[in-house]
Amino acid sequence: MKMENLNVSGSPHIFEKTSKKRIMLFMLLALLPAAGYGVFLFGVKALLVMIVSIVSAVLTQILMQVLVKRKVKVDGSAVITGLLLGMILPPTVPLWMPVVGAFFGMAIVKWAFGGFGYAMFNPALAGRAFLMAAWPALMTLWVGIDGVTGATPLGTLKVNGIKTAGYFELFMGNVSGSVGETSALLLLIGGLFLMVTKVIDWRVPLAYIGSLSLLMFVLGKDPVFHVLAGGVVLGAFFMATGYEGMPLTKKGRVIFGVGCGLLTVIIRLYSGMPEGVTYAILLMNGFSPLIERWTRLKPLGFVKVNKNG
Amino acid sequence: MATVSFRKGFVLPHRKFTKKDNIEALGVPKKVVIPLQQHIGKECKPVVKVGYNVKVGQKIGESEGFVSASVHSSVSGRVVEVKEWLHPLGKKVLSVVIEANGKDDGFKENKNVEKLSREKLLKIIKEAGIVGMGGATFPTHVKLSPPKGKKIDTIILNGGECEPYLTTDHRLMMEFSSEIVKGLKVLMKVVGAKKGFIGIENDKKDAIDVMRKAGNGVEVVALKTKYPQGAEKMLIKAIVNRVVPLGGLPMDVGVVVNNVGTAKAVHDAVYFGKPLIERVVTVTGDVNEPKNVMVKVGMLAKDVVKECGGYKGTPKKIIMGGPMMGIAQSSDNVPVIKGTSGILVLDDAEEPEERECIRCGKCVDYCPMNLMPVTIAKFGRADRIKQAEEYYASACFECGVCAYVCPSKIPLVKWIRYAKGKINENGKP
Repeated sequence: MKMENLNVSGSPHIFEKTSKKRIMLFMLLALLPAAGYGVFLFGVKALLVMIVSIVSAVLTQILMQVLVKRKVKVDGSAVITGLLLGMILPPTVPLWMPVVGAFFGMAIVKWAFGGFGYAMFNPALAGRAFLMAAWPALMTLWVGIDGVTGATPLGTLKVNGIKTAGYFELFMGNVSGSVGETSALLLLIGGLFLMVTKVIDWRVPLAYIGSLSLLMFVLGKDPVFHVLAGGVVLGAFFMATGYEGMPLTKKGRVIFGVGCGLLTVIIRLYSGMPEGVTYAILLMNGFSPLIERWTRLKPLGFVKVNKNG
Repeated sequence: MATVSFRKGFVLPHRKFTKKDNIEALGVPKKVVIPLQQHIGKECKPVVKVGYNVKVGQKIGESEGFVSASVHSSVSGRVVEVKEWLHPLGKKVLSVVIEANGKDDGFKENKNVEKLSREKLLKIIKEAGIVGMGGATFPTHVKLSPPKGKKIDTIILNGGECEPYLTTDHRLMMEFSSEIVKGLKVLMKVVGAKKGFIGIENDKKDAIDVMRKAGNGVEVVALKTKYPQGAEKMLIKAIVNRVVPLGGLPMDVGVVVNNVGTAKAVHDAVYFGKPLIERVVTVTGDVNEPKNVMVKVGMLAKDVVKECGGYKGTPKKIIMGGPMMGIAQSSDNVPVIKGTSGILVLDDAEEPEERECIRCGKCVDYCPMNLMPVTIAKFGRADRIKQAEEYYASACFECGVCAYVCPSKIPLVKWIRYAKGKINENGKP
C-alpha cells in the first residue's frame, strides 16, 4: 500500500456541510418578498433601480478583485449588497445613481478596507449615505402610491406634524417610501425566516426595535408609528445584522442594537432629517470594534486575579 | 431520559457504525513495537536489551521521574531491536521491538483485594503503567496523588465518548460493566472519595442501562449527546456543577476524572496483576470490516487494519483517535499505544477550501470554553501573540468545534495551536 499521499493536516478532520452559500441564499430569499412588493407598488422603475444596483455592485466587486489582485470570485455578497442598496433608494432616482452608490459602497467602503470580512461599514448603507450627501434633492424626491409626487409618512410628520398613514397601511406597506422598505409585514416574514434559520442574530433586531419603541414611548411619541414607518424594520433585520459591522459577542450585539435604536430616535426627533436609520447603523458600525473589546468574553473558569494579593 | 450538560458545544453527526459489534480479541501479533513513551511526561529508560527473552507483562521500560509511567511487554518473546520508531504523535521515540513466540501465560487472580491499603493500591496502579486511556495518556497514579491540602471527594468516570465514529468505551461498558465499577471503587478508595459517578451520553441508552444494573453505590448519569461532553471540564460542570478554575486542574474542585477504559485497566491490574498491555480500539471508516478489537499495545496499525479486512480504497487520511481531536498519521507503520482509542481511515479527506472570514460569530457561539476563536486565530496568524493571550488562547483545549462549524472553513484550531505554542515558548507574555 502506497502511503506517500496521506494527508497529515491537524485536527479536526471533519467539517460541517453548511457554507457561506447557504447564508447568502437565505438572505436573498428573505429579501425577495419585500423587494417584489416594491415593484408591485412603484412599478417597473423600482425593478430597474434594483437591477441596476445589483449589476453595478457585482461589476464593481469584480473590478476591485482584479485591481487588488485577488482571485475573481462572483459570490452572493455583492448581489445582496446591490439588492439592499436598491431597496433603500427612492423609486424616483435617475438610474445612474444606483451605479454611483453601488460603486462607492463596494469599492470605497468594502474593498478599500480589505474586502470580505474587513469592511466594517455596511456597504449598502454607506452607498446610500454618499448619495444623500451628494445629491440630497434627488434622494428625497418621493412618489406616492397614487403615482404623484408625495412625501413619506415620516417626512410629513417632520414637516407638518401630521400622520398621513394609519398602522394598517404602514404595516402592509401601502405608503410612499424607498423601493423595498415600505412593507413591514413582508420584511418581518423575511426577518423571522432568517432568525429561525439562525442566519441573523435575533438579539440585534430585538434590541434595536425594542429600545426605539421604548424610548419613543417615554418621550411621548407614537412607538408603533415610528417602528412601522421608514426603514426601521428593514434596517433592524437586514442592515444592522450585517456580520462585518457588529460585535462578535452576544452582549455586544445587544449594546449595538440598543445604540442603533437610540441614535435613530435622536436623529428622527432632534435633527433636521425625518429619517435616521442609515446614519444610526453606520455610526454604530464604527463603534462595533470598541463594543467588542468592552464585552470580551471571559472563559469558563475565569477567576479574577487580585493584583494586591 | 433526563440529561445534564454544559453550556455551548455542538451536536455532531454520530457515525458510530460499530456500536453493536462485540469486542473481538485479536491474536498475538508476530511482532510488536513498544514505544518507551506512551504517556505525557518523561520517556522511560529501557531495562531490556537486544536478545533478551521477555514474558508477557514483564516491565521493559522503567519510568523516570514523577510524571511518567512504566512500559511492559504485551507479548512473550525475544527483543530483536531497541531503536527509534515513528510514534503516533508524529515524532520518533525509542521503542522496543519484540518478536513474539506465541507462548503467553495468563495472569493470576488476586483474591484479597479488599484488604489492600490505599498506598498498596496506588503502587499497583503505578507499577502497571496505567495512563488515561481516553487519549490524553496522563499517568493515572499522578492524578491520584494530589498535593497535601487538596481533598478529592468525587471520582467521575468518563463514558461520554463524544467523538464521532468511536465506540470503544461504549463496548467496554456493555461487556465489562462490573469490572469498570470495581475499578471505580478502587479509584475511590485510593483518594478517599465518597462519591463515584459514571457519565454516559444518552445516545448510548443500552450502556446506561447496563451500567445502572452493575453499579452498586455509584451513580450513572445520563448526559446530553453533545460534543465535547467527554472533556474533563465539561463533564465536571455537567455532573457535579463545579467549574475548574482557568489554568487549574479538576483536583482544584475536588474531582478526578478518569476514562471508563482506565477504570477497566485499574481493575485488571489490581484484581489480576495485569499491567496495561492491551486496549480496545475502534477500527472504522474506509476499512472493509469496521470492528472493535482488543489489541496488544505495540501492534502496528497496518497489521490491525489487515485484521479488519484491509483498506477499502486508497486512504487519504489515517487518524489515530477520533475525527475531532485525533492525529493524522504519515504512515500506517506506527504502533497502537495505550492512548489509541481508534484507527479511523478516510478515503475522502480533501482539505476544504478556506475562504475569508465573514465574522458570523458561529465559532464564538459554540466554543465550550467560551472563547472567541476567530479573534485568537486572527492574532495568532499575525504573530501578535500577546493579543492572542489577552483573548485567553491558553484556555483552548483544541476540541475543534470552532473549525468544524466555521462556514468559511478557516483552520482556526491550527492558528490557535500556533499561538499556544508561541506562548509556551516565551513563557507568559
